[in-house]
Amino acid sequence: MNEQPVIRTQGLTRYFGARPAVYELDLAVPRGGVFALLGRNGSGKTTTIRMLLGLLEPTRGAGTILGYDIRALPPEARARIGYLTEEHQLYGWMSVRECGEFQSPYYPTWNEKVFRGIIGHFGLRPTTQVKSLSRGERAGLCLALTLAPEPELLILDDPAVGLDPVARRSLVESMIYLTRRSDRTIFFSTHQLPDVERVADHIAVLDHSVLRACCPLETFRNSVQQVRLRFPSAPPPLPKIPGLLQAFRSEGELRVTCVHYNGATEAALRALAPAQMEPVPLSLEDAFISYLGDRGEKSFILSETEAQP
Amino acid sequence: MNFNLGISTGSSTPIYRQITEQVRLAVATGRLAVGDQLPSVRALAEELVLNPNTVARAYTDLAREGLLESRAGRGVFVTRKRKVFTREEGRRRLEPLLDGLIGEAMAMDFTQEDLRAAFEKKLAQWKQTRGGDRNHE
Repeated sequence: MNEQPVIRTQGLTRYFGARPAVYELDLAVPRGGVFALLGRNGSGKTTTIRMLLGLLEPTRGAGTILGYDIRALPPEARARIGYLTEEHQLYGWMSVRECGEFQSPYYPTWNEKVFRGIIGHFGLRPTTQVKSLSRGERAGLCLALTLAPEPELLILDDPAVGLDPVARRSLVESMIYLTRRSDRTIFFSTHQLPDVERVADHIAVLDHSVLRACCPLETFRNSVQQVRLRFPSAPPPLPKIPGLLQAFRSEGELRVTCVHYNGATEAALRALAPAQMEPVPLSLEDAFISYLGDRGEKSFILSETEAQP
Repeated sequence: MNFNLGISTGSSTPIYRQITEQVRLAVATGRLAVGDQLPSVRALAEELVLNPNTVARAYTDLAREGLLESRAGRGVFVTRKRKVFTREEGRRRLEPLLDGLIGEAMAMDFTQEDLRAAFEKKLAQWKQTRGGDRNHE
């Protein structure tokens, strides 16, 4: 990836009072593809997005978006970015069609076909009034209004929140539709790991205001590994294992989850002389929960090279 | 062609591997024959609601194994069937399958003789419907 990232931050930090909401964030989002920002509630996802869009002043640090300084985003930069929040402002008395007609003059790149396509995809009728739309339908309308100008960079802050499974699927399909143009980038925050599995190329993981992973999705999955060790009797006490995230002990069995599992990890486990030792494949959800669990060692997953055993 | 791909999220198998495993199995069992066409990356991505890069990655892996071939402007086809695994790798993969089968059968109180007979019967059925030793080119 020689090209300049569409989003890059260095030491980006924001305090609310004495508490950092985002601390020393170094993020790089490559151009093209889908990038998911993950983390538990209150981990700093929304604060990050608001700083990237120039809606919130960083306490310190720097960032660029499409090459522009986030502290001084010119209107031409904003015009190339689509931003979808939960609190999209819509007038209740307008019809769906009128919402499009109201917005389109502001965007020279407005694509009416995209607008109608997404409206139809969410099952919306152009004549329905905004005030009588369900939550999922409203989300569909907001998405159509955000996508119709065909933004170069689409930023979605938790777009799946409150959507039923059908509307959520329509959302994911719309995101996939956008990837038809390989120069388009989607950056979205979410708790929906099934959606992440479907659409994301890269992920970043925020944990208590600190970035703990920024890598291809596959790298993350490969980095978090679980091993099951069987013993003829009670398992011995666990020595210090590098990258240990979790250890479950039961009669004759020890299940150990580690990050950056490598030869050294394996040697340390083999030294316990288990009768049997086998890897246990983890789902993305299990890997994520282990990684963010409070018990283990805090690590950082950065790039492909670091994750190789 | 009698072949439908299905994927599931939340599995311990990454999605691109779910695709490669299903295609491999379909080729091995004859549900996909040499010359059959598969959907394009874009079409399959939209059908399964996936990032096209995921499908592309699966197709690339399968092409590297010699199972699929992408013909410019025409699509993706099943190519001449090759041995997917070395003999050794095949044995390594067969082992846990056999363990699983025998373990389950023992748990259901089948004797070794019962199991052997059932296995022979099944082999004979496969030979009839699929022509038997397909794996030898």
